[in-house]
Amino acid sequence: MNVLFDYAAGFAAVCFMVSMLIAMVRVFAGPSAQDRVLAFDSAYINGMLTLLVLGLRSSATVYFDLALLIALFGFVSTAAFAKFLLRGEVIEP
Amino acid sequence: MTETVLPAWVAIPAAILLVAGGLLTLIGSIGVLRMRDFYTRMHPPTMGATLGVGCVLIASMFVSSVVLHRLVIHEVVIAVLMILSAPVTAMLLMQAGMSRDKRRPRSEPPPDQS
Repeated sequence: MNVLFDYAAGFAAVCFMVSMLIAMVRVFAGPSAQDRVLAFDSAYINGMLTLLVLGLRSSATVYFDLALLIALFGFVSTAAFAKFLLRGEVIEP
Repeated sequence: MTETVLPAWVAIPAAILLVAGGLLTLIGSIGVLRMRDFYTRMHPPTMGATLGVGCVLIASMFVSSVVLHRLVIHEVVIAVLMILSAPVTAMLLMQAGMSRDKRRPRSEPPPDQS
């Protein structure tokens, strides 16, 4: 049964990596800036999911911390980009 | 987890969850590529952000709990972070899109249909 689980985890990791690549295509081809921010946020989440699946396959516990960090950074950077597009600056005095 | 042998009642649901999460996220990403407008493009990635993350987190918690013989639920922190952050980013992006659409000069065509 380990083989089934390994193949399923490998398939999921490949799916998330392909999703990240497709999001990067939208980052480069998005006709407007908010398209690029949306696709970048999606790329962040797919990267976090790849790390989670890789952490399932190996027995190291550091992958969970990495995924949490990536989720945090993704949220903060998407919020900062969107605020900048909305207002022209990120933190208003 | 390659040195421990997973029993079948663990491996099969975890494998189903992982494959389902991967496929749902892939479908959501293809949706981002194919939609023609910014506001419709915002919808498909939410499939990956909710269902994909949920499936992978449930599979990870299940497998870790069985392998380590104790309850492992600290991955729920990531789920709570996604629940708190996804509506905030969606609202900000939507407002940014609408204000940029209003600020665009009337001589320029709308930047969609790509």
